[in-house]
Amino acid sequence: MNDEPTQLFDRDLLRSRRLRARDSFAGADFLLRRAASDIAERLTATLRDFPLALDLGARSSVMTDELRGLDRIGTVITAAPDIRLLSEDITPAIVCDEELVPFAPQSLDLVISALSLHWVNDLPGTLVQVRRALKPDGLFIAAIPGGNTLTELRQSLLAADSELTGGAPPRVSPFADIRDLGALLQRAGFALPVVDLEPAAVRYDSMFALLRDLRAMGGTNALNGRDRKPMRRDILMRAAEIYAERFADSDGRIRATVEIIHLSGWAPHESQQKPLRPGSATARLADALGTTEIPAGEKPHGV
Amino acid sequence: MADKQDLTSGDRPRRAAGSMDPKLLEILVCPLTKTVLEYDAGAQELISRAARLAYPIRDGIPIMLPGEARPLEDK
Repeated sequence: MNDEPTQLFDRDLLRSRRLRARDSFAGADFLLRRAASDIAERLTATLRDFPLALDLGARSSVMTDELRGLDRIGTVITAAPDIRLLSEDITPAIVCDEELVPFAPQSLDLVISALSLHWVNDLPGTLVQVRRALKPDGLFIAAIPGGNTLTELRQSLLAADSELTGGAPPRVSPFADIRDLGALLQRAGFALPVVDLEPAAVRYDSMFALLRDLRAMGGTNALNGRDRKPMRRDILMRAAEIYAERFADSDGRIRATVEIIHLSGWAPHESQQKPLRPGSATARLADALGTTEIPAGEKPHGV
Repeated sequence: MADKQDLTSGDRPRRAAGSMDPKLLEILVCPLTKTVLEYDAGAQELISRAARLAYPIRDGIPIMLPGEARPLEDK
């Protein structure tokens, strides 16, 4: 895979970060819990049965447990990036990379991914693989952080870096734009794609508390272009100052924006609503508009 | 509602050591080539002839990572 042009994320590093965060994650998984219960709510609203579901990119049993709690879902297969992230009571389970989905065409009724696909290098490729693994009329729902997530941290680090070193090493992942995601779903062949964004803010005592939480989530910098040296202490301190100056509430606590984008799409099926074929109209548009129809090729008033 | 008996029974089933859920075998494919896999129960491996890789099964969990798979020897 090393011959591929751009690999934004260091997936091996990401895997070891998630492993290292295995024990601390339970204390910092509030975003995952929220995303998981949102997804469960959306599934309940579909009024559909899903005999065989996949929890793709699972790091704990949080999402799988939500899915198992729903009457309309039969079996849930949990797919984790490492066997050490799977506790013994999770079964059936497999280990796979979200970038290489190992399921046969049209084998699954439902694929869920909660807060994992933002670390994928080839999101279009993953979406296509998921769509192919779904049965016709199968459903895909994912939650990923949106574009403005951690914008305050990004800005504070950038300002401190440029002030003290004149450089701008990448320190915070880029997050997907909501419009791009809608287009990606469509390009991957999903029908009836829906994308919506839920803004949220998390408050901390300081930037250091935020960084502690990110570390506990295994969510610290895994960009291939990252600065390999530990961050200089003066840069870190200056960034914390800038963060507190620019992004604190009146009580002195700082804000961190978190946007959760929910995306969903269906594997195409003939029962789904779709546009009519051209020429299949049974009423004339001109009649509906109360105007005179001018045949194609003729110009009105000899223009 | 959907039949839960295929793969699991009860709310929090435990994995039986070393046994892979047979239903998984029907739907898993090689992550690289998306072709069918052969189950070698003795070696606890899922073999992809197309990718020439054998994916290990550990504690009943298929490890579908090419990096962890055993390359098949050439005949």
